[in-house]
Amino acid sequence: MSGALTPRNVVIAALLVGLALLPLYVSITGDRFLLTLFTRIVILAMAAVSLNLILGYGGMMSFGHAAYLGIGGYTVAILAFEGVQSGFVQWPLALAASALFALVVGALSLRTRGVYFIMITLAFAQMAYYLASGMARYGGDDGLGLDSRSQFAGLLNLSNKTTFYYVCLILLCASILLVWRLTISRFGMVLRGTRSNETRMRAIGFPTYRYKLAGFVIAGTMCGLAGALVANHTDFVSPAMMYWTRSGDLIVMVVLGGMGTLFGPVFGALALLFLEQFLPTLISAVVRPFNPAGAVKAGEYWQIVLGPLLLLVVLFARGGIDGLLRMLSSRERHG
Amino acid sequence: MTLFIEQCLNGLQFGLLLFLLAAGLTLVFGIMDLVNLAHGSLYMLGAYFAATFTAWTGSFVLGAVLALGATLMVGMAVEVIAMRRLYGRDHLDHVLGTFGLILFFDEAVRLIWGPAGLSLPLPGWLNTSVQILPGIQYSAYRLAIIAVTLAVAAFLYVLVMRTRIGMLIRAGASNREMVAALGVNIKLLFTLVFGLGAVLAGLAGLMQAPILTVQIGMGENILILAFVITVIGGIGSIRGAFIAALLVGFIDTLGRAFFPELLRMVLSGPAAATAAPALSSMLIYILMAVILVAKPEGLFPVGSK
Amino acid sequence: MADALLQIENLSKRFGGIQASDRISLAIPDGELHAVIGPNGAGKTTLVSQLSGQIAPDSGRISFAGVDITGLPMHRRSAGGLARSFQITSLFLDISALDNVALAVQAHAGHSFRFWRDARGEAELRQPARAALERVGLGARADWPASALSHGEHRQLELAMALAGRPRMLLLDEPMAGMGPDESARMVTMLRALKQEVTILLIEHDMEAVFALADRITVLVYGRVIASGAPAEIRANAQVRDAYLGEQEAVS
Repeated sequence: MSGALTPRNVVIAALLVGLALLPLYVSITGDRFLLTLFTRIVILAMAAVSLNLILGYGGMMSFGHAAYLGIGGYTVAILAFEGVQSGFVQWPLALAASALFALVVGALSLRTRGVYFIMITLAFAQMAYYLASGMARYGGDDGLGLDSRSQFAGLLNLSNKTTFYYVCLILLCASILLVWRLTISRFGMVLRGTRSNETRMRAIGFPTYRYKLAGFVIAGTMCGLAGALVANHTDFVSPAMMYWTRSGDLIVMVVLGGMGTLFGPVFGALALLFLEQFLPTLISAVVRPFNPAGAVKAGEYWQIVLGPLLLLVVLFARGGIDGLLRMLSSRERHG
Repeated sequence: MTLFIEQCLNGLQFGLLLFLLAAGLTLVFGIMDLVNLAHGSLYMLGAYFAATFTAWTGSFVLGAVLALGATLMVGMAVEVIAMRRLYGRDHLDHVLGTFGLILFFDEAVRLIWGPAGLSLPLPGWLNTSVQILPGIQYSAYRLAIIAVTLAVAAFLYVLVMRTRIGMLIRAGASNREMVAALGVNIKLLFTLVFGLGAVLAGLAGLMQAPILTVQIGMGENILILAFVITVIGGIGSIRGAFIAALLVGFIDTLGRAFFPELLRMVLSGPAAATAAPALSSMLIYILMAVILVAKPEGLFPVGSK
Repeated sequence: MADALLQIENLSKRFGGIQASDRISLAIPDGELHAVIGPNGAGKTTLVSQLSGQIAPDSGRISFAGVDITGLPMHRRSAGGLARSFQITSLFLDISALDNVALAVQAHAGHSFRFWRDARGEAELRQPARAALERVGLGARADWPASALSHGEHRQLELAMALAGRPRMLLLDEPMAGMGPDESARMVTMLRALKQEVTILLIEHDMEAVFALADRITVLVYGRVIASGAPAEIRANAQVRDAYLGEQEAVS
């Protein structure tokens, strides 16, 4: 039975194994940069997983999701600044702050629909951004540094890059597991039905508002945790984390990877960050034969390629990477 | 008192400038049902073109005219190449596709003009102040902006209300299929409307250039305000955009100028100092949140689709 | 009528220049199959949409089982036993027929704040769903994606979903729209059987079906009730014949 060994499943398995074994590879080759890069990918993948819950499965196009990265991150940074180093205090508070913000924003925004919803979520995220910019005590526009990472009473040393990487990876896997169970549960059915046909859902008797709000809060909380991880990863937080274009990046990851699929967000985060790293090299390589002197410089303008690439994906590969893999898988099965 | 009048005029000027930007956005949204995040890029291009052409020709006015022409061409090219394929699709597709365009334009501008911004100095005859009331001087240039934008607003009013094209625009805003069914060349209409929006955005960009900025990313900052205005005013409604833009212009300008003081009267010194800048920036968003909660369709919603 | 299950009083709704519902009053007792007929544009779907809560009336009152539901949101009416099917098929096309009906069952099976158990494995949801599908004759198609069903099967699925919540009353908006003669005949048989258990408000253009099923008929023209009564009366009514045949005179 070829059912289990489809290209898609193989890729996913390889991905998980690769991620799990990465630190081993790094310790062999000594390429520490790779560890830093992949830690970042894993954290952003977690943020994308949370957005995928409401965007991919729930159909709620939130353009303010990056705000939760900031809220989670700032909670940790501010507490650290004020002398509270314990992760046991910081992280739950980061989750609580994110949940509260999501509750307020969601309660107000979910009364609107379509582009109005997009705009109002964006506006709230901008409010968070301006709030952070205005907090002179915590660095304002310049941001706030962390003197030390979250302390867990000696149980975990987050300053150890490998330990931290595994913490992030485990949390990513936990969030994927959670999203999986959520989406197949009764709750998930309501969210997905609401995405598919909200009027029908209300007509058959579902008070859709409260379920959307619950999903919104769950997603925001999960992203807040990712924010706490970001703060620990970069030892720094700044308002820029919450600028609306960062929310755009998250949406790109979700769509690029494949909306409404379990592993899509991971593919998306990988793809986007890979593009960020390797498009410049690729562009330089292409330009070099024609203009050797300007090749490196040309690589810096990689977003000139990313932009139209995004448009092309939207027009022709709407299912994202996961969609492509599924297509390959079904073609395989039918010979 | 002088300060108050000055800030009121600044608010008016800012509001009118925002109106130019929002008008194009709401038109495109209302008629083509297209969410165009790259609208801010056209605003940016208007400023960059103006700075360049003014430097080449030595004349501010000539530079401005050329810049508008160039922005119009870029706008129409974008419409034909990219936007056409997005019509009728999910708004999410629009957001993503035009987000990609933002990335493209930001980098392209960086490639052509470099990462540092440009400057657009005012010609002597505009760089003066005028006495508008006994004892009160105000920048001649800002008055010129007010005059020009009011003229454009009047032109838009005449265009939309009194001409055949305007009738098609209004009809298209409330019922797209009907207009197409009437045999009107929809493709051409859409290209022209998009071009009009591009010119308005470019005009806003080049007019604010001497007093504010010409730099990469300027489009993104102001785009949000334009969207907020579009949403508050009601999508597809130019009248709504006008009123909402003035509202936003006044609240933002007067808010930033006087809110800190108001706050100081209510809160203690240090608390007010910390809260003031953040809250002033947030006023607009609070306004939008309040309006959307009370009237989710905006102040002047246009007819059903 | 004191024992009317559904009581509509002076329901009015205006859309711009059009009076879609003009002081409609109607009382439907428990157990009746009441047909609403009228030419296109008479406001039949608008009426159903106001009854189900999708559209808010400008004025008038709606009571269901003695409770004033005029201001009640859609989901509360459905939860209270008033279910509707849609004239233009409105299904969840990306999932199976069984999933569609299971959702309808789920809506009436308590709250859905259950986050872990696989909903597709819950017999509590799947069994009633299967039963409803069998009822309307779609048992064999249960696991097909809704998008793969024929138009007639979509209409059947619509009905199954409305039934899944075990409603007291069904609002059926042209359930036989676009069906061929065989399918229509099957639907009529099924509705006749259904009559015994559920009160039905039926909107239909298929006059054969209407006269075969209806206990009473109301005729709507330009949003106004021009006649209401037993089928024989309606058939003999001159105004009704004029409304359907020949020139449409302006309703004074």
